[in-house]
Amino acid sequence: MSTAGDRARSSYRAGLSLLVAAAVWEVVARSGMFPAALLPPLPKIARTFVDMLLDGSMLEHTFFTMYRVLFGLALAIVVALPLGVLMGRVRSVERFCLPLASAFMPIPSLAWVPLFILWFGLGNTVAILIVFYAALFPMLLNAWSGVRAVNPLWLRAAGAMGADERALFWKVIIPGASPFIITGVRQAFLRAWIAVVGAEMLAASDWGLGWVIFDAKEFLNTDVMLAAIAMIGLIGFLFERLVFGSVERATVMRWGMVRLAK
Amino acid sequence: MLDSAPAGSPDLGIATTSRPREERWRTLARTAFPFLVLALIWECTAHLGIFPPKLFPPLEAVASAFAHLTSTGILPHHVLDTVVRLLAGFALAAFAGVGIGFAMGRSRRAEDILLPLVSIGAPIPGLAYAPLFLLWFGLGNTSAVLLVAFVSAFPIIFNTWTGVKAVKEIWVRAAQAMGADSGRLLQHVILPGALPYMLTGLRLGLAQAWRILVGVEMLAAVPWGLGWMIFGAREFLDTDVMLSGIATIGVIGVLLEKLVFARIEQYTVMRWGMLS
Repeated sequence: MSTAGDRARSSYRAGLSLLVAAAVWEVVARSGMFPAALLPPLPKIARTFVDMLLDGSMLEHTFFTMYRVLFGLALAIVVALPLGVLMGRVRSVERFCLPLASAFMPIPSLAWVPLFILWFGLGNTVAILIVFYAALFPMLLNAWSGVRAVNPLWLRAAGAMGADERALFWKVIIPGASPFIITGVRQAFLRAWIAVVGAEMLAASDWGLGWVIFDAKEFLNTDVMLAAIAMIGLIGFLFERLVFGSVERATVMRWGMVRLAK
Repeated sequence: MLDSAPAGSPDLGIATTSRPREERWRTLARTAFPFLVLALIWECTAHLGIFPPKLFPPLEAVASAFAHLTSTGILPHHVLDTVVRLLAGFALAAFAGVGIGFAMGRSRRAEDILLPLVSIGAPIPGLAYAPLFLLWFGLGNTSAVLLVAFVSAFPIIFNTWTGVKAVKEIWVRAAQAMGADSGRLLQHVILPGALPYMLTGLRLGLAQAWRILVGVEMLAAVPWGLGWMIFGAREFLDTDVMLSGIATIGVIGVLLEKLVFARIEQYTVMRWGMLS
């Protein structure tokens, strides 16, 4: 089925489809059907992107967004990971936290934005807290189910071989739960990434990729918007592929918890 | 020594012990307890007056705001508009997503052509497009519904595509050998086979739509809708209105998950024996 010729044809078609999509955009943009301010041609978007990179503003916006995401995410991991593990190990903690988690989880993080704005004012704090809220639950639930999914046989085997509580925790439970924990961090990042864009638009301070998109709307700078959107997509893609991929290789795969597909 | 919770703890499922009623009460009390503790902490903080009561209202104020909003019909109107918007966007996404996913799963050519476009769009958070949609389609309903549809289409496309590809080749061959034409093949083999994945996709899509909708309503300045109600209340420091809105959003979220999807799954997937 998947011979070299087949694969070549696939990538040829993929390239062709991207080219056609770009060509259609270009033709529509230049045909004057829509105002040029609303639908800028591709070279203009590319030029804006490069200009923003060169004058450093794109990097500064990216830096602020990354700072908020990583700060909020780190906070969520620091809180949710121990709590989730505890929920998986101690019955009473599970009974207390699980109803709360399942009640708060369906509330989208963005619903809290106006309230947090009132409480903490516009700016960084709101964005970080929204990211924290968004990232908290995937992390918590995955840590919890990861610990519960550890094979009881392994626990007994380790116990029979004389492992004390601490060894059991670090050598059996944590590696055993690691696929879930990594998945949790991954999902948490995705949620956080969505939340930060929304939080930056609503709780506008004056930097950040979300803010720059929203601000560009006022001046009909569609090229700036699209350039920032491209940057957001690029960072999301890089994180997903590079960061999480290598983390997974370094931990879970080395411990033999999951195998590479095929 | 190890008081780990055994997997599938019985009190989460249906209690079928000798005294089911007592068991049910106990489960209820156990579930309510954390909320009572939380409410108590909130009440104490609110009444101590550390924060201005306008910003940190006691629960009775929130409850009376909730009752007032409900009895005057304002809250139901907001809820109705939000739900209609959610369903409209989701229905659009479901049609488009299932269609595109099926095409990508069945035809190699469609897959080659669409996959790069879909994979470029997917990693960008939908809200990033919000201002662009507002410019293109104007403030209001059109933008909100289209954005929600756009965002929730991606998980549906990906899962339908995976599901169609995951249908066992041998089932397709067997059906063809028994003389099924492509219509019957689709209806009796591929659709049921892909259904578990499709339902996962629809579920993820709806969850995605729900998460984004509140934010979209705040940005798109729609006249009615829970997101807008919360956002608008900020201007007048109506923290009690905000909190009632957030609580309503939470209730709708739980209902969506519990009522809509648990039901659908029971009726279809389990009946066809695709999931145990």
